[in-house]
Amino acid sequence: MDKAKEKQLMLTAAKARVLILDAVYAAASGHPGGSMSCVDALTELYFDEMNVNPADPRWEDRDRFVLSKGHCTPALYSVLALKGYFPVEDIKLFRSIKSHYSGHPDMNHVPGVDMSTGSLGQGLSAAVGMAIAARLSGKSYRTYAICGDGEVEEGQIWEAAMAAAKWKLDNLCAFVDINGLQIDGSTADVMPSEPLDKKFEAFNWHVISVDGHDFRQLAAALEEARATAGRPTMILMHTVKGKGVSFMENQAGWHGKAPDAGQYAQAKEEILAKIKELEAL
Amino acid sequence: MSEKIATRNAYGEALAELAEKYPKLVVLDADLSGSTMTKFFAKAYPERFFDCGIAEANMTGIAAGLAASGYKPFINSFAMFSAGRPYEQVRNSIAYPHLNCTVVGSHGGVSVGEDGATHQCIEDLALMRELPGMLVCCPCDGYEMKLAVAALMEYDGPAYLRLARSATEVITDRVPGYKFELGKGATLREGCDVTVIATGIMVPMALEAAEALKEEGLSVRVIDMHTIKPLDADLVIKAAKETGCIVTAEEHSVVGGLGGAVCELLSGICPVPVIRVGVDDQFGRSGKASEVLEYFGLTPVGIAGKVREAVKMK
Repeated sequence: MDKAKEKQLMLTAAKARVLILDAVYAAASGHPGGSMSCVDALTELYFDEMNVNPADPRWEDRDRFVLSKGHCTPALYSVLALKGYFPVEDIKLFRSIKSHYSGHPDMNHVPGVDMSTGSLGQGLSAAVGMAIAARLSGKSYRTYAICGDGEVEEGQIWEAAMAAAKWKLDNLCAFVDINGLQIDGSTADVMPSEPLDKKFEAFNWHVISVDGHDFRQLAAALEEARATAGRPTMILMHTVKGKGVSFMENQAGWHGKAPDAGQYAQAKEEILAKIKELEAL
Repeated sequence: MSEKIATRNAYGEALAELAEKYPKLVVLDADLSGSTMTKFFAKAYPERFFDCGIAEANMTGIAAGLAASGYKPFINSFAMFSAGRPYEQVRNSIAYPHLNCTVVGSHGGVSVGEDGATHQCIEDLALMRELPGMLVCCPCDGYEMKLAVAALMEYDGPAYLRLARSATEVITDRVPGYKFELGKGATLREGCDVTVIATGIMVPMALEAAEALKEEGLSVRVIDMHTIKPLDADLVIKAAKETGCIVTAEEHSVVGGLGGAVCELLSGICPVPVIRVGVDDQFGRSGKASEVLEYFGLTPVGIAGKVREAVKMK
């Protein structure tokens, strides 16, 4: 990845972070913490990796994406809006009774959403089904999913992991967003799930560990996934919950809470400063 | 007496028979293909059969992904483990996105027999009926089952199909004028004193009860309500108006299934006495299928007793 491309992706992710703040502030609810931790991966997927067409969201040959950690809808909707699936201004209708931009992804009403999710543990199974469907129909599209590190406490994730390996789904690439925090505190305290690399390796996945905020590493991992035959790939991305907003970073309390007016202004100022800094590069 | 066949067998045969006509049909099972009878399809079309192992939640999710990609999945396990165990997966991954996927519950009700309460699902009709947009179907014999499976192939949306374990007599193939349509009950016997609305294996029992009651001078109408949702409201209301009382019969809890649906409908429109034959708020128990059915009063004699009570309440 050249520097210009990297800069462009960083700028897009920063703009998505602004929209995440706009969404949760307008809704006065939502999940900023985990949205901030996975939005770089989402940006890399939609703006560098995936073969999609916002003008034709249900194009049969498109790559698929499932946000298994469905509560991070603000990140998904923000990236979809920036990609052109729907107007950016709509982000302020997030969770509003006046719109269909529901609190968790809705495949029937929000263009670009490939699977309705929200109940943890279920999205990865749907992604397995999509990957099987691609193979059955002889199509070359790939399927991507992002899970949370709290979410992997759900047993269904491991059922899906077994199944993806059984069918050798090398057209499937999943992520775990390892920000180390969940609602009740650190994942290490609530329910230790590490070592995730050894676990997924034992489940016969190809495992890659990356810094989830480094676009070069994300792109390289996705390239490695595409080159991996005979098994699905799991990208374990180490991230910072609340990334990009100083007072949200590494705070479990920002899992599912909207900022007040003062916090919103400060958070936005921090990200806008980051955008200015990137543009000056 | 005509042939006896379990509806699960008829279902399994139908899947295999329809597979060629419906290339998007895919079948998923959870290590029970020999019992759910998906084994016929699995043998004939192995590339479209997916044994997901003993992991019903994941099977449900995989089916959702396949349905979201244009396939027509049928998910199979015992009712306890396809409608019961992954209820929330069916709700959120199948019903909420309104995906074109059929959840199949084999071994529904207490006629599972010897395996006992843990495997006798008497809540599935209620659980599935409660989901917005979910069609719920429980055919009464092998002939009707094949028609139901064929109709479901043409249906677009989430559906639940209940199968029974035990072999029962085929009756619908000889009823004059019988035709199968999802959402439309079939009147198998006319009558003017009382109507028995039955589903699944209780339908032939209802006919037997009606025949016995004829000798007592009672004219009993029998409706085969194979589709519990959407309920054929016109047919139920007509029966309530014309016969003045109703008995429902199902191999299911008296809470929330066919009886519940009929009561909910009539209470607001045409309140007449309704007596529900079913399992009365208890778990099942082990025994031979016929013994367990007898224990819970799920017999022609049991239905006849409730019919007499209903007529007295008019």
